[in-house]
Amino acid sequence: MNTINRRDFAKSVGALSLISAAGVSGCASIGAVSSAKAKPKVVVVGGGYGGATAAKYIAMWSEGKIDVTLIERDAQFVSCPLSNLVLGGSKSIGDISVAYGGLAKYGVKHLNGEATGFNATKKTIFLADGTTLAYDRLILSPGIDFMLESLPGLASPEARSKVLAAWKAGPETVALRNQLVAMKDGGVFAIHIPKAPFRCPPGPYERACQIAWYFQREKPKSKVLILDANEDVQSKKGLFTKAWNGQFKGLIEYRNNQEIQDVDANTNTLKMTFGDDLKADVLNVLPPMRAGNIAAMNGLNNANKRWCHVDWLTYESTAVPGVHILGDSLQVAPAMPKSGHMANQHGKICAAAVIELLTGGVVNPTPMATNTCYSFIDDKNVVHVASVHHYDAKQKTMLSVTGAGGLSPEQNALEGVYANSWAKSIWADMLA
Amino acid sequence: MHTRTSQFAAAVAASALSQLALSQTPSALSQTPASPNLARNLAAQCANCHGTNGKSVTEVASLAGQNAPVIVQKMKDYREGKLPATVMTQLARGYSDEQVALMADYFSRQSK
Repeated sequence: MNTINRRDFAKSVGALSLISAAGVSGCASIGAVSSAKAKPKVVVVGGGYGGATAAKYIAMWSEGKIDVTLIERDAQFVSCPLSNLVLGGSKSIGDISVAYGGLAKYGVKHLNGEATGFNATKKTIFLADGTTLAYDRLILSPGIDFMLESLPGLASPEARSKVLAAWKAGPETVALRNQLVAMKDGGVFAIHIPKAPFRCPPGPYERACQIAWYFQREKPKSKVLILDANEDVQSKKGLFTKAWNGQFKGLIEYRNNQEIQDVDANTNTLKMTFGDDLKADVLNVLPPMRAGNIAAMNGLNNANKRWCHVDWLTYESTAVPGVHILGDSLQVAPAMPKSGHMANQHGKICAAAVIELLTGGVVNPTPMATNTCYSFIDDKNVVHVASVHHYDAKQKTMLSVTGAGGLSPEQNALEGVYANSWAKSIWADMLA
Repeated sequence: MHTRTSQFAAAVAASALSQLALSQTPSALSQTPASPNLARNLAAQCANCHGTNGKSVTEVASLAGQNAPVIVQKMKDYREGKLPATVMTQLARGYSDEQVALMADYFSRQSK
């Protein structure tokens, strides 16, 4: 591509999509095509916190001068943040679901389908139903998928429908809630946490609180067992342990360094690396995670074959030009969590950069990002962690701003109100 | 390859879309920002909680159409701990005076 003479190219200018679709060799014939109205095409895969935000902001900021298509396999957005409240019973799955219809007013085309792969040379992306779309810039926000090869007992869909992860909000969230409701009083709910990094560092500990809160009211003889493969609690440690030793005393037990060899879904048993097997009435296993399939299976996972390195100014993959990656699939910058809020911020930085790249503008050399992450202890009381991140030109990465950010001093109901507002607001920022 | 391809695509796109002119908010500041859309890009960070373009859809304060000096003063007070808050005291310390001024200017120009 870099061998092409730019002046020759200018003769056949326009029709970016045709150029993309036809590839370099097709240039000569493109000159005949009238293409004054051709818009650059951006295809976004994944309508979560990163992808939906990028799609909306590119369409909105370019004022419709860039053609944006959002490919999403699910019919509606279901939020991972707040999904633990569905397990606790204070929210329903409908409370955390949002339709994609709001994006139409910005000109975003929403395609309900599954993207299966792409050709970075021809700049085309393929859908499971056989559709092929041309792009000038491709943005992938595929979230996480599981490294099931490390847990053969969860290889089959049947096993995974019994020992649930419920780490992508939706039907599995409801199924896990149903398992909890069906569990006898006096039963044990066990959650296994993989070694970091994983999506949503405080999520498993919030889940333990939510389920303990449910047990406390409905099944007080029951117990929550947190089996953490890590040496310690990965986020908001002081705030969570205070709740476990306080209002949930006797209901929650935390064990560190709990590595597992495998899972027996038939008997709800964890095969521990050290020590006896461990059986639970409701077993919730979060398998080790990596970049989402479309990124991991197309050579974008160039960080330990697990996550994706990007240029932090544009979110363009360092492995494949023209392909940008957002959200939980990224090899994170120092102190940057895999969170929905962060993915939304990635989406905006990427949106601004992609517009500049497609219109000959200047990419912002000093992007900033914030993170605000709320965790619910019960149905009303909440704790947060916040941080601010800036681009460091020397290290070519995002670093957290020294002196900024912090934690809640203690759980409180005011932040419970703000956490619900946060959800309403960020969902609107993505989808309305 | 990466950079050259990007520049190449940008050059092609620029020729193909010569009529395209993205809206840019003129800055009230004498100092020209490094990127013409810097104020917009900075302000977009606030939208997660304060709404797209600062138009809140919740009880969190709208920033759209507020007076720039008021926003600047509030950020200063948050930073110095004079104004109590749960999150803003922590986030406000992440931004320079210049960045706060750019964001405040941007929000003041948005319709309420």
